[in-house]
Order: sequence, then structure tokens, then C-alpha cells
Amino acid sequence: MQYGLTEEQEMIVSTVRSFVENEIYPHEDLVERTGEVPAEIAAEIKRKTIDLGFYACNFPESVGCAGLSHLEFALVERELGRGSMALNHFFGRPQNILMACQGEQIERYLMPAVRGDRMDALAMTEPGAGSDVRGMKCSARRDGGDWVVNGTKHFISGAEHADFVIVFVATGEDDTPKGPKKRITCFLVDRGHPGFTIRDGYKSVSHRGYKNMILEFDDCRLPDAQVLGEVDGGFEVMNTWLYATRITVATMCVGRARRVFDYALDYAATREQFGQKIGKFQGVSFQIADMITEIDAADLLTLAAADRLDKGLPANREIASAKLYASEMLARVTDAAIQVHGGMGLMDDYPLERFWRDARVERIWDGTSEIQRHIISRDLLRALGA
Amino acid sequence: MKVLVPVKRVIDYNVKVRVKADGSGVDLANVKMSMNPFDEIAIEEAIRLKEAGKAEEVIAVSIGVKQAQETLRTALAMGADRAILVVASDDVHQDIEPLAVAKILAAVVKEEQPGLVLCGKQAIDNDMNATGQMLSALLGWSQATFASEVGVEGDHAVVTREVDGGLQTIKVKMPTIISVDLRLNEPRYASLPNIMKAKKKPLDEKTAADYGVDVTPRLSVVKTTEPAARAAGIKVGSVDELVSKLKEAGLV
Repeated sequence: MQYGLTEEQEMIVSTVRSFVENEIYPHEDLVERTGEVPAEIAAEIKRKTIDLGFYACNFPESVGCAGLSHLEFALVERELGRGSMALNHFFGRPQNILMACQGEQIERYLMPAVRGDRMDALAMTEPGAGSDVRGMKCSARRDGGDWVVNGTKHFISGAEHADFVIVFVATGEDDTPKGPKKRITCFLVDRGHPGFTIRDGYKSVSHRGYKNMILEFDDCRLPDAQVLGEVDGGFEVMNTWLYATRITVATMCVGRARRVFDYALDYAATREQFGQKIGKFQGVSFQIADMITEIDAADLLTLAAADRLDKGLPANREIASAKLYASEMLARVTDAAIQVHGGMGLMDDYPLERFWRDARVERIWDGTSEIQRHIISRDLLRALGA
Repeated sequence: MKVLVPVKRVIDYNVKVRVKADGSGVDLANVKMSMNPFDEIAIEEAIRLKEAGKAEEVIAVSIGVKQAQETLRTALAMGADRAILVVASDDVHQDIEPLAVAKILAAVVKEEQPGLVLCGKQAIDNDMNATGQMLSALLGWSQATFASEVGVEGDHAVVTREVDGGLQTIKVKMPTIISVDLRLNEPRYASLPNIMKAKKKPLDEKTAADYGVDVTPRLSVVKTTEPAARAAGIKVGSVDELVSKLKEAGLV
């Protein structure tokens, strides 16, 4: 087993961590208070990220990017996970799925996205189709040579800043022995395209300023040139390119948990009650011990899953385990950190109540904990005929 | 012109330093180490001189334990062209004293013939503030310490120094040694392309013996202690409250 980071990887970690501490942390209170990222701050973060060569670092050298491995990209996102999601959205990481662009799509979508000229957002979830992706109602019908799209998507992160969206739409239905099964196609839709509107979503308790938007398609007419991948090939592009995105959630949870842990450790080492540091009481010190053990475990689980992707090994179960464990770990760690702080932990003088609220969504988005458990158990049991 | 920049591996400035129980020094076990922040500023200035066309090559040099290689890689990732590691000890707890460092640097200078040595004014571990000055004496070169502004013009440098009374601008003849202060510049982050290039840049490894320098300590540490603890301050709401608190404390 090879173990440990290379010098380059250590430097990547240290650069991104300094960046987050110096360029993201100072703006967090403002975003938390207003629920908005001021345009000039967004532009500054983006410009600095481009200057440092980190913009779209998940994309290969063939499109002029850094071509980081899955493991290295997980390290980048782990450090980003320490900071506000609303702000680090501008430390741009376009959707890998754009690598499926063909022909003129490359110059219209892929290249501007990796250069930071145009931002993207990915739209799958609908009010009636959360975990059940195939249950989507948003559909497109053929009309002449075009497609006409109708329906609604919601919980679409980053859409308020998006110049175009990557949207999954039902384009037909097959009869199968298990009943009807929808065919899905992936489309690229420009902001401002007739029949397509982006509007504000709900107010979420988690990640203020990182909005969830609603997309509405009302007789939105799209030519075949807007299809990403093949017609009816939505699941293929999804499985090829979105496979690794759950690592993002896992690794960001690890980064945030380490930040939370630092607060708890420091408080345990300095706060005094009954004439001694509270860290001297086992009730506190054992919580600290449990926290770091779980954080390290989640970190290793996540990096191991990313490493499997780099080695070309099957990683579906490992990624699901990492996402499941890291998101549930973050819930426990943020909760324990507040317990260590006592009442002050709940006050917004400390960022702990924010981390605690932010942690809640991690067990839900990008596949709930229950979906991850389903993936893990099916992977093991299907092979045994159960 | 070549610019030589000595860099030191020290305890990261964010780390809360702990004194070892026996008072013999500070605890280095599992402690994050980084480049001395003043040296980072020196590297940044050297790179800026190169970018401005005033220097052709930036050479980083570190003297200490083998692990200082990481510090040099950081310098290379920031933009230095090559690095020299002089292994002078295999014990992380042994600090190589300023005179020994200056003697090794003097030997490196003779070999490399730089037109300028840019160094941090001091290392944040021992705060000696001596190496640059000693190097100047050994080489017989001019020196400009505590620089907050550096300009290189032909055969001389114009340096603004931060002194107790304010700022002092001096002109020194090249080759020279400039030690840099905190406000000279803001060091850049290592960019991703430069991080990837750093490994391919040359890093020569030497030993103190190669330069014939005896690094045996001449100073002995009698005792290391924590600074005296200060009571936490309080916030007062008004001038009246401030006055009454001062009276209470018998200070006015």
C-alpha cells in the first residue's frame, strides 16, 4: 500500500488552505448575514483562482487545465470545504460532464466554462423527482426537427450565477418487463433562451448564500445541437461523468469537520470550569478523541475511494461509503463541537451554529444517506443473488 | 544578475509553540513546519526583480536538516529557479547558529557570484536578526537591513529601511545584502502550474563539510520558558466606566 502525499500534493493542500483562509474566511460573515455574495467579491475570487491556475483544475490538460488526479482534486475540495460554499463556488470547478461536449459545443460551452468566461449549473432534481431520478416530469417532445421542453426543476445550486445549465429531461418511455421506464436526454440551455426562466428557490437552513434555484421550461424550443451526448443517452453521460461527484460532498465534509474540530480543541484547551481546563474532564476529552478519530477515518475513506478512481478500479461502493460516512460524521462532529462549547456554541458569535446548520444538508443532497446505503448493500448482495 | 535567497525552515507561524517539560527548548514533535515568513517576503521580492527584468536567476538556499528540502520546494513553487540544500545537521532540534550559517552562505556566494543576497531580517524561531549582518562582514559587502522598499538601479540599490524614528532611505553599492522587513510585499501563493514544475527544477544537495564549515554550537541554551501569562483584558462601555475601572485598579 502506498501511503502519504507527494511534495506536490502537500503544496496543493497548503496553497488552497491559505487561499481559503485569506480570500474566503474574511467574507463569510457578510454572506451569512445577507445571504448574498457581492458581485465584486465573486469576481475577485474568480480572478485570483484563474491567476493561480486552479480554475477548472478538475479538467484535463487537453483543454488547457491542470488535469489533477481524482485524489488531488479531492484534496483541493477538502480544503475548499473549510470555507463558505457560496464563496468557494467562484473557485470554479465546472461540471466534468462538459467533457461530453462535441463539435461546436466545445467552443460554445466547454472552453468558455473552463476558462471562467461562462458558468454552468447542473439540473436534475424536480419537486416530484428527488432520489427517484427516473420519476422526472420535465419532458421534451419532438416538433419538426426541434425539441420542445416543458416542466420544472428545483434545488438547482449555482443557477443564479449560471450562463447556461446542463439539464436532464425525459424524452420518451420504454416498456420493460418491470413496467414503463423513461428515456432521458441531457440538454445545454442558455440563460435567456426563450421559454426558459431561472427564479429564486427556497430559503434553506444550510449554506446561506449558496442558493437553490428553480428552473422553468415553458414550451422551450431546442435544436438537436443542444443535446449533450446522445438523444436518449442521458443516463450514459450521467454515469460516465457524474460518477465521481459524490466524492465532492464527502471530502468537503472532511475539510469542514477539521475546521470545526479546531474550534472544539482550542475551547477544550482554554475554557476553565471547576478550577481547571474543561479538556481535563473526560466528558470533554473523550468527545475530542472521538471527533478526531471519526474525521481521520472519513478522510482516509474518501481519499481511498478517489485513489481507486485514479487506478481505474470499481469505486461505486467505496464512493457511497465515503459520502455516507463523511456526511454523517460531520453531523456528529458539529453537534459534539457545540456540546463542548456549551451555550456559547449556539450563539452566532461563534461560527459553530452555522457549521451545524450547514451539516444537515450533506446527508441529503447528492444522494441521501439512505440512497448511499442502498448502493452499498446492493453492490454486495446483488452478486449473491439477494 | 543572480539573486541568492537564504530560506529557513521554522515552526509555522500559526502553531502555538509549547516549551518542552525540561526547559531545554520547544517541542517540535508533530509540529507543522513552514518557510520563515520573512524569507517568503525575500523570495517574493527576488521573483519580482526577475519579473521586472532586473535579475536573471533566483537561487534559494537552505541550511539545516534534510527536511528543509520541503521549504526549498515551496520556494521553487513560488518561482525560484533552482535551489541548494546544505545539510548541516540530522537533528531537528539543533539550530545552526547565525555565524555558521553566514560562513556557509559566504562560501555559497563565492561559488555562485550573485549580485544580490536577499534575506529575511530574522527567523521567527530564535529572532536572532544576525545572519545578514554577519554575512556582510564576512564578505566585506555593503548591507541594507529592514527593507520596506527595494529598488535596483545599475550598480547600486536604493533601499527604504524601517527604523525606530520612521523611514530611512539609503543607497548601497552592489553587490549587496538586503534583509527584508514585513511590509516590503505580500508573498504570492504558489500557483498550480508552478507547483507542478517545482519538482523538475534543480535542487543540489551539499553538506556543511563540503564548504569546510564547522557548525558546532558556540552558544548554549540555559533555559527556555514560556512568556509570562497575561490576564485577559475587559471591554468597557464608556469613558466613565474606563475611569472607574482604572481607579479601582489603583492606576489613576
